Amino acid sequence: MKHKVATTVNGREHEHEVEPRLLLVHYLRDVVGLTGTHVGCDTSQCGACTILVDGKAVKSCTMFAVQAEGRKITTIEGMAKDGELHPLQQAFWDEHGLQCGYCTPGMIMAAAYLLEQNPNPTEDEIRKGLEGNLCRCTGYVNIVKSVQSAAKTMGGAAKKSGQTAAARS
Amino acid sequence: MAITTMIGAKIHRREDPRLVSGEGRYIDDFTRPGTVFMSVVRSPHAHALIKSIDLSAASKAPGVVAIYTHKDIAKVIAGTMPAAPAFVADKKQVPPRFPIAEKEVAYQGEPVAVVIAESKGKAADAANLIDVDYEVLPAVMDLDKALDPKSPTAHTGAPDNLGWDLTYIPEDPSVMKGADVVVKQRILQQRLAPTPMEPRGVLAEYSHPDQSMTIWMSSQNPHFIRLFLAGALGMPETRIRVISPDVGGGFGAKISPYSEDYLVPAAAKLSGRPVKWIETRTESIMTTTHGRGQIFDVEAGAMKDGTLVALKVTQYLDMGAYVGTFGAFQAVACLLSTGAYNWKHVSARTVGVLTNRVPTDPYRGAGRPEATHLCERMIDLLAGELKMDPVAIRKKNFITEFPHTSHFGLVYDSGAYEKAMDKAMEIAGYEKLRKEQEEARKKGRYLGIGVSSWIEICGFGPSAATAPATGGLALVESAQVRVFPTGSVTVYVGTHSHGQGHDTTFPQIVADTLGIPYDMIELRHGDTAEGPAFGYGTYGSRSLAVGGMAVHKASKKIVDKAKKIAAHIFEAAEEDVVFDQGHFYVKGSPDKRKAMGEIAFAAYGAGLPEEMEQGLEAVAYYDPTNFVWPFGTHIAVVEVDPETGAVDLKRYIAVDDCGNIINPMIVDGQIHGGIAQGIAQALYEEVVYDDESGQLKTGSLVDYLVPTANEFPNFELGRTITPTPTNELGVKGIGEAGTIASSIAVINAICDALSPLGIKHVDMPASPDRLWKQIKEARN
Repeated sequence: MKHKVATTVNGREHEHEVEPRLLLVHYLRDVVGLTGTHVGCDTSQCGACTILVDGKAVKSCTMFAVQAEGRKITTIEGMAKDGELHPLQQAFWDEHGLQCGYCTPGMIMAAAYLLEQNPNPTEDEIRKGLEGNLCRCTGYVNIVKSVQSAAKTMGGAAKKSGQTAAARS
Repeated sequence: MAITTMIGAKIHRREDPRLVSGEGRYIDDFTRPGTVFMSVVRSPHAHALIKSIDLSAASKAPGVVAIYTHKDIAKVIAGTMPAAPAFVADKKQVPPRFPIAEKEVAYQGEPVAVVIAESKGKAADAANLIDVDYEVLPAVMDLDKALDPKSPTAHTGAPDNLGWDLTYIPEDPSVMKGADVVVKQRILQQRLAPTPMEPRGVLAEYSHPDQSMTIWMSSQNPHFIRLFLAGALGMPETRIRVISPDVGGGFGAKISPYSEDYLVPAAAKLSGRPVKWIETRTESIMTTTHGRGQIFDVEAGAMKDGTLVALKVTQYLDMGAYVGTFGAFQAVACLLSTGAYNWKHVSARTVGVLTNRVPTDPYRGAGRPEATHLCERMIDLLAGELKMDPVAIRKKNFITEFPHTSHFGLVYDSGAYEKAMDKAMEIAGYEKLRKEQEEARKKGRYLGIGVSSWIEICGFGPSAATAPATGGLALVESAQVRVFPTGSVTVYVGTHSHGQGHDTTFPQIVADTLGIPYDMIELRHGDTAEGPAFGYGTYGSRSLAVGGMAVHKASKKIVDKAKKIAAHIFEAAEEDVVFDQGHFYVKGSPDKRKAMGEIAFAAYGAGLPEEMEQGLEAVAYYDPTNFVWPFGTHIAVVEVDPETGAVDLKRYIAVDDCGNIINPMIVDGQIHGGIAQGIAQALYEEVVYDDESGQLKTGSLVDYLVPTANEFPNFELGRTITPTPTNELGVKGIGEAGTIASSIAVINAICDALSPLGIKHVDMPASPDRLWKQIKEARN
């Protein structure tokens, strides 16, 4: 039996009939066709599939697609605006915050939520804030630097205007 | 004289915009019209006979297209999976390995049947309905007991479990007898799961009309995969195309061909449908080759003044159920066991042991972390006996003259070991740290400082050494440089980048060699349909020292031809033409010059020198004259909580030397990641099996502890630069350095911290429970 699910993904409305067991991550990748959200484990440990659901960071393997009914979703593909990278994307590029790039979309989405909650985090707060996301390449050194750099670029302005990555999409 | 502009520059990676935008294209992002999905039925037992396989329920399940077992696959796949000689040419036994089991399974996870179905879910559902009747056999799980004549064997009918037993240098006991102090230690190297964040995956499409196969897979060396598959499928290489797109990490685990690399193409050929298989994380931990899995029995002797005398090493290597394709590479641990030091005598023996676990194969560092670990552990044990500072004993014995020929006949190219150590001590504030430690100890705190001076053999490698090791193919590297009429350049390489940033660094080399702007140079790799006939892949920190040199060599061939054309245009003798930063001119007339782009245009026109063909492109194969030998010193600072056994890694300092540097940002990134993987081994990761049943106990990332950002401090880096004389660029390798150095820096720091309790040695992972027990025993 299939269920109808209607969501807004990166500002665009989608409506599909899906199997009830379909995970949100597979819905985004296989049905909506947005493959920037990755799968790296079977047990919600790695965080490669992190997205924003109504502005909150969520591992999209922990939700069924049908639970996304009526929700606003932002994936990595929705972060750049008008051809300009989001400050976090830019910072990961500038600071060499990625190598193979597989964990990067999830890492950026988790960092976006972290900065939304805490626009000027300390190094410790960044490390704790990203502990749901695994990276095998970078030793996290440059990921921490990237988030620090993005926080500086965003200058806490995000909080003032209420214009977070999530809210803008 | 040419001025270097791009080599050495911190150029931001050109692959990043797509990767940060979610537009990277990894294996699971590819599909073909009509694709079906494969699920693998795997043995739940470590060792068993297959009595029967009942497919009746599964074949009726919704969406099932086909189910294949050994008899079906054997129709399209011939021969056994490869096992290279590597560092052990003469093996006692090589159990034949086919991609899918016929009568006997020898490790948990070995494929028994495959289902292909219209969706991933339906394939998995149907796989669950396949009923395999097994007769469970005793499993060989203990490395120590496996060589006992009474032990069961990992394969029925095998004489014993001995895979190999090779003595590289026999012992001369008289030398050890001459030492004032001798220390003995058994050192464990636990099995590790490489765990690239992207698991493995294969998509294959067979065209019956064309009799051609296209395979997309997550691989570090697509050309080798094509070579192996051509043999197995009985197809010419020309009809097989292997594409390895963006790859989410390899770490050595995506070098060797796996069962699924044969099964997916076989299923595509049998079914006539494109077939896709993506590994789950549990499959990855269970069936992707493991690293390490070794026990070392080591003895080391020194004189009272700290002069090193003799080292005796025996390596017992858990090969798993089969010989990993490059599994015997790990015996290199023996050959590097003397480290950065002069020893009067060394003896080394490697023993390969078959067990009922998944095979071991190279994992980041592959044998060299083990070598550094055992050498640096023994040096600290000797320092402890002699009441010497660990730094002092190292400095006393460092090799200082290069080239240095080791006891094993290997030639260390260049080094300045003490310089790197001094720099590490300076960054760490070593003397101050020792004072802090003294103060801490007075307060009952267990602060420890661990030193690791590492060396590495990499840049595989010279044809004379590597052709015998692979069974024929030399591990040289190829490159093709094509200059288009308007001066833009495409470079094809046989290496594969999966995080190393070659798209950026190789064009940096080309830009300098050709004098063409960096932005006009594009790099392509990972597709066997493009570029030179054969590429050798990326592993063993070889891409720059071998692949980068191939790129450099091909670029120089371009300059040579362009110079002839320029001389012709200038109506000058070739030897009078100067090439400087992308421009040609006749000696003494630098104002009348022609850019490389102008020469490129002329190369495709009329009026070339007599007998010269049009075009400006070149292929080069580079065969290095030696390996390259990076080195460095790492220092770890830890505090151990004696009540809980928890280790707080307070600081980590690394000074590494990889010769000349193309892009410092990328070098630092490689070191960071490598350090993290070594620390992960020291403190967290271990593949654990049940000793009786052979069941994997760490089958997910819940139990297999890949560390998060929260487990690491910032890493403090420094560097020295000692170019290699081996290649013209003066470059070595840096992909594995961090891992080679770091596990023992941390373990030596823990041993140092706990030395007031009389604890001399700690094994890995130094988890709180292990340390807590050891501390408790020491206190009683």
